[in-house]
Amino acid sequence: MSDMNESESGGALDVAFFTRWLTLAAAAVDREADRLTELDSAIGDADHGANLKRGFAAVRDVLEKEPPQTPGAVLVTAGRQLISTVGGASGPLYGTLLRRTGKGLGDSVTVSREQLAAALTEGVAAVGRLGGAHAGDKTMLDALGPAAGALGESFEAARDAAERGALATVPLQARKGRASYLGERSVGHQDPGATSSALLVAALAEAAA
Amino acid sequence: MSGPVGIVLVSHSAAVARAVAELAQGLAGGGATAPVAPAGGTPDGGLGTSSELIVEAAKAADRGAGVALLVDLGSAVLTVKALLAEEDELPERSRLVDAPFVEGAVAALVTASAGGDLDAVVAAASEAYGYRKE
Repeated sequence: MSDMNESESGGALDVAFFTRWLTLAAAAVDREADRLTELDSAIGDADHGANLKRGFAAVRDVLEKEPPQTPGAVLVTAGRQLISTVGGASGPLYGTLLRRTGKGLGDSVTVSREQLAAALTEGVAAVGRLGGAHAGDKTMLDALGPAAGALGESFEAARDAAERGALATVPLQARKGRASYLGERSVGHQDPGATSSALLVAALAEAAA
Repeated sequence: MSGPVGIVLVSHSAAVARAVAELAQGLAGGGATAPVAPAGGTPDGGLGTSSELIVEAAKAADRGAGVALLVDLGSAVLTVKALLAEEDELPERSRLVDAPFVEGAVAALVTASAGGDLDAVVAAASEAYGYRKE
């Protein structure tokens, strides 16, 4: 177990932790960009890898140049950056996820894993409202929803839940986004958004390890 | 006194946004029309949605009476919704209009040019859904 010692008042997750998370996420997106684009070329418009690569590189840059003072501010800043740089639907969706999660963390200088789990659950709900999507629609929610639920248990449980959720999108028929135009032809392909969501949660577990 | 309601047209394609703006201006009739600003594609000229271009266009179209944003699909819809949720990105009284892109743009510009307020512009654009073609 890599769980950190958490004091009753707050927790052990600080600005450095959140910055490390997003830096690791940027590295993962960079590494996996071609795979994300390949998945997206099957059922989308083949820009997911390139879009996220651009977005997370911008996140890494802004966190380096103007380091925020609280965990919440790290996520809000990153979210805003994604909305303005990604150029595809994943920008406002991931941007909303991070921004809403960051707002849920408030102004605390450190937060606990449980607080992050609660804030992330709010963030995932906001993504669902923005896109009008639900669990089982073959979207990023299919990885993020289970991950937010399992984060109350541990970082590793969240990572595994996201990975399982992403794999479980393969047999689903897309009901949201461009892939939904394909109808039954979207079946048999892993959803690119759920896949990048699993990368994001894996980076979170890596940051905590 | 504030001026007319501004119209912003957000499309994945710069050419589409620009052409629909020209079409709406042409069909709105001669004389002064309300401001209509296209926000199409990405800043480097590719297909996609740019929050930067949307914010610029909204500022350009804002005359103090509100801005109606019409969008094509996917990330254009989601980006405008996310910007509206930011609260300080778009001019005050900016609204996303649920309307067909071309017909809605014409209806919105005609209404805004005739001096309609933001509610009237939004209603006129949305009503364009009701016109059946078959």
